[in-house]
Amino acid sequence: MKLTPAQSEKIARTVIWAAALLVIGLLSFIIVYILVKGLPVINVQFLTDNPRSMGRTGGIASSIVGTFMVTVLAIAIVIPFGIGTAFYLAEYTKGNMLTRVIRFSAESLAGIPSIVYGLFGFIFFVIYLKLGWSILSGGLTLAFMILPTVIRTSEEAILAVPLIYREVSFSLSATKWQTISRVVFPSALLGIVNGIILSIGRCVAETAAVMLTAGLALGMPTSIFSPTRTMAVHFYVLAMEGISTENAFGTAALLIVLILLINVVANTLVNRFMAKGR
Amino acid sequence: MVKQSKIVINNMNYYYRKKQVIFDLSLEIPRNEIMAVFGPANSGVTTFLRSLNRLCDLTPEGHMDGEILLDGESIYGHASNVTELRRRVGMVFEVPTPLPMSIFDNIAFGPRLNGKKSMKEITETVERALRQAALWDEVKDRLSISGMSLSGGQQQRLCIARVLALEPEVILLDRACSGLDPISTAKIEESLIQLKEQFTIVIAPHNIQQAVRICDRAVFMLMGHLIEEGTNVEVFSNPKDQRTSDYITGRFG
Repeated sequence: MKLTPAQSEKIARTVIWAAALLVIGLLSFIIVYILVKGLPVINVQFLTDNPRSMGRTGGIASSIVGTFMVTVLAIAIVIPFGIGTAFYLAEYTKGNMLTRVIRFSAESLAGIPSIVYGLFGFIFFVIYLKLGWSILSGGLTLAFMILPTVIRTSEEAILAVPLIYREVSFSLSATKWQTISRVVFPSALLGIVNGIILSIGRCVAETAAVMLTAGLALGMPTSIFSPTRTMAVHFYVLAMEGISTENAFGTAALLIVLILLINVVANTLVNRFMAKGR
Repeated sequence: MVKQSKIVINNMNYYYRKKQVIFDLSLEIPRNEIMAVFGPANSGVTTFLRSLNRLCDLTPEGHMDGEILLDGESIYGHASNVTELRRRVGMVFEVPTPLPMSIFDNIAFGPRLNGKKSMKEITETVERALRQAALWDEVKDRLSISGMSLSGGQQQRLCIARVLALEPEVILLDRACSGLDPISTAKIEESLIQLKEQFTIVIAPHNIQQAVRICDRAVFMLMGHLIEEGTNVEVFSNPKDQRTSDYITGRFG
């Protein structure tokens, strides 16, 4: 039996709607489930106390600080190298051997499981460079892990800037650097920031790579040389060793809220900046 | 006394990879006149204009030989400075292209590049450029809104103002009115006729009528060859070459 165009239209519409609804439903179920279980645990004490008796009681203040420090360090390291490489690839070369090597390496790095980065960081930073389990080791390892993503998303954002903007800028007597810094970079900023937000999310949520490099210490970190236990790792240990499901959910809920907040704040900032030009 | 030509082109050839797109072109462009360079698509008109401010340098496959002199000095020579050349020879593109920034910043873009000017100077430059481009009265109260929110005709006048703010000597317009309505086109043509008092203008008109209306001299190009060059009356009323006559009477093209 042949379908009429109207019938196939109807079927396609139903299937597509069903797929979308299923995905949205599942996602919101997971988020709502964790928030419902976790939010009641979160209170001032949970946010300001350090964990006590291995996390069974007390809060997660040291983990919040540790997560923050590791992530900020990783992002601070990756921004100049990642964005610099992206500009080199997009603006300064025209597909030579070096470009292909960089692209191929970045793509290969993006496909490596994070535990491998963890192992690399453990052997190289923790043991060989004698940095020990520390925020520094963790931040460096995460920086390596997110570098391919930052390069890739930044390069795409730069290439998406219309060619005519560059021509206009050159025709107005701008040099290459003036064109990049005054026209291309502001136009690509939204895409670049989106890539960085994505990377922040991955840093905050990472377990394997940081557990092997930043350690499991529960104390409040005092410098980037202190070991720490990030929230995701803390959550993993609490749940895995059956220490406290309640506190695990509390940590998870806080993680979700944090990532949502980062997204909202970053998007608002960038939109405000971009609005000037649109 | 004969005025020295603003731009002199001697035996220019242009190639994209192996394909030649301009053949042995020699031409003198007099100062303070509007010269129209016209021809059907693929005649080399755009390439010709882009070689006058070395914007074709951005096309890595392109290659030029021959000589182009601006005020008697080679623009492709070792002594020439590309950014200074592009300041002196400004360009308005076919599509209106405000940069994604405010009207003010669009026009201040060029003057700010050398970083020497004070805010007061820049403000004065912006106002003068907008007045010259006949856009000031329409936008003076909203200089901080985005250049992209203007209408097409206003955007193109913004682009002209942006070039004028560079205090150039030559203005190149590459089919700069092709997307515009007749009223906007008329406004721009009016400005151009006033501007030629101070500038040398080379325009690729978007149709024959526009060339007839505004140019002092005209050049007809076909498939990369210069077919005919002369005054407005010579070329449009009394063309010497059959191909020119066929093209302007609409027999082909």
